[in-house]
Amino acid sequence: MLIRRPDDIPSSEITSEGVYVNRRQFIGMSAGVALGGAAGGGGLGNFGDAPRHEAGPRSDTGPQKDWSTVRSDLDEELTPYEDVTSYNNFYEFGTGKSDPAKNAHTLRTRSWTIEVDGLCANPGVYGLEDFIKPGAIEDRVYRMRCVEAWSMVIPWRGFALKDVIDRADPLGSARFVQFTTLLDPGQMPYQRYGILDWPYLEALRLDEARHPLAILATGVYGRDLPNQNGAPLRLVVPWKYGFKGIKSIVNMRFLEDMPLNTWKQSASHEYGFYANVNPEVNHPRWTQARERRLGEFRRRPTLMFNGYGEQVASLYAGMDLRANY
Amino acid sequence: MLGLTPAALLVWRGLTDRLGANPIEEVLHHLGRSALIFLIITLSVTPIRRVTGWNPIIQARRPLGLFAFFYLTLHLLWYAVVDQTYDFEFILEDVLERRYIMVGFTAWLLLVPLAVTSTKGWIRRLGKRWRKLHRLAYVATSLGVLHFYWQVKADTYWPIVAASVLALLMLLRVRIGDGGGPLRSRKPARGRRPVEVADPTSSKGL
Repeated sequence: MLIRRPDDIPSSEITSEGVYVNRRQFIGMSAGVALGGAAGGGGLGNFGDAPRHEAGPRSDTGPQKDWSTVRSDLDEELTPYEDVTSYNNFYEFGTGKSDPAKNAHTLRTRSWTIEVDGLCANPGVYGLEDFIKPGAIEDRVYRMRCVEAWSMVIPWRGFALKDVIDRADPLGSARFVQFTTLLDPGQMPYQRYGILDWPYLEALRLDEARHPLAILATGVYGRDLPNQNGAPLRLVVPWKYGFKGIKSIVNMRFLEDMPLNTWKQSASHEYGFYANVNPEVNHPRWTQARERRLGEFRRRPTLMFNGYGEQVASLYAGMDLRANY
Repeated sequence: MLGLTPAALLVWRGLTDRLGANPIEEVLHHLGRSALIFLIITLSVTPIRRVTGWNPIIQARRPLGLFAFFYLTLHLLWYAVVDQTYDFEFILEDVLERRYIMVGFTAWLLLVPLAVTSTKGWIRRLGKRWRKLHRLAYVATSLGVLHFYWQVKADTYWPIVAASVLALLMLLRVRIGDGGGPLRSRKPARGRRPVEVADPTSSKGL
């Protein structure tokens, strides 16, 4: 057990990108490449063509500039790979934190397809490798704040959600985009139990989904996503609670009206649609003012929008965030 | 010693790095589960004795109950000292505003007088009132199960198992009475148990 004194560096303290790249990403990615190499021949053959990263962000990709400011303010230690991949909420594989790592081996991520439908000009069914094509795969380090008041710092590999939304070309009437997890109790054994209404559903307002911070992740720590982290494709929206980050996505649908999301459906007084990280709005059963960063001893204060307020607060201008929790 | 098994298990898990990525939470849950299990085992002693007529088992009741209190106290201390780092502002907010914590804390408070009056001297001094007082164990255990139930997010399987076992025990208690003696007659043990006839109030249940 690692006991460390609290990290008192405010997240607003900006570290230059160069320092960030050298200190964090290089270390993280070196480890990642080593891990990825070891696992390269393994289960996720789909990813053979995915560009493998060397140290540092890609310079030839459009959206990079948009999120570089965010990455550079993350002078926080990465949560170890072992913790990121062994402490998961993925109820399709059990409700204990260590259950998904034990049980998710039954998920088959080969020949994965993603259906795009609803209010868009270009619906279709894509193989995973075709689906991710318009996106430039990049590595991004984000804080991940779970609604249960624990948090991690995770180096994701993924691409801007906006890229696939633009390709789908939503109609003017589309205001929301909804995602669906695979429904297959044969592969996801706990879908046999009515813990939640399966399949798991999540959704974003279209302007949220187009925000450059919102990504679809295909990997973590420079390697393909392990099954328990939502392979082969999951949503990552770093300013929202972790349950918005729907895993193992098979459908993306454009809708006019706000759809229900699974946790809101399960307990609407506890979980809302927006689920923006907000230290001022407590969960009925625990405070959201503080969080335990895994690996740290003392709880640290939770930041508004998980520290991404500068980038995303404008999405919610004029909204009552207490009512729209 | 049965009572130390959870503690030994916890130490073993700690030493062999089996507490996962969030050991503080895991220890908290381990202690809470241990307390609830011991409370339920403690409450099952009398029904087992009265159904089986196996009297020596009654001697296990006090140590079992005290171990339950021991784990519950550790659970509370771990929460306050380690989990919340004795940040009383947040602890107070939790206890006052979060019903599952309020209920859990109440359960502990109810068990304090039971632990204090578990000695032979207190049993003698309180006489008839001792058994009435110690029926609070049922209230405290019920609150413990409620605390467990309200604490989980969606998977209520184990809280419901705990509630079912507790309901069964309470039902047995109502059916067979909570009189101190076994169903078969037994010579009165002076001092230890104040009354040997079935308690007339017991048929009302709790």
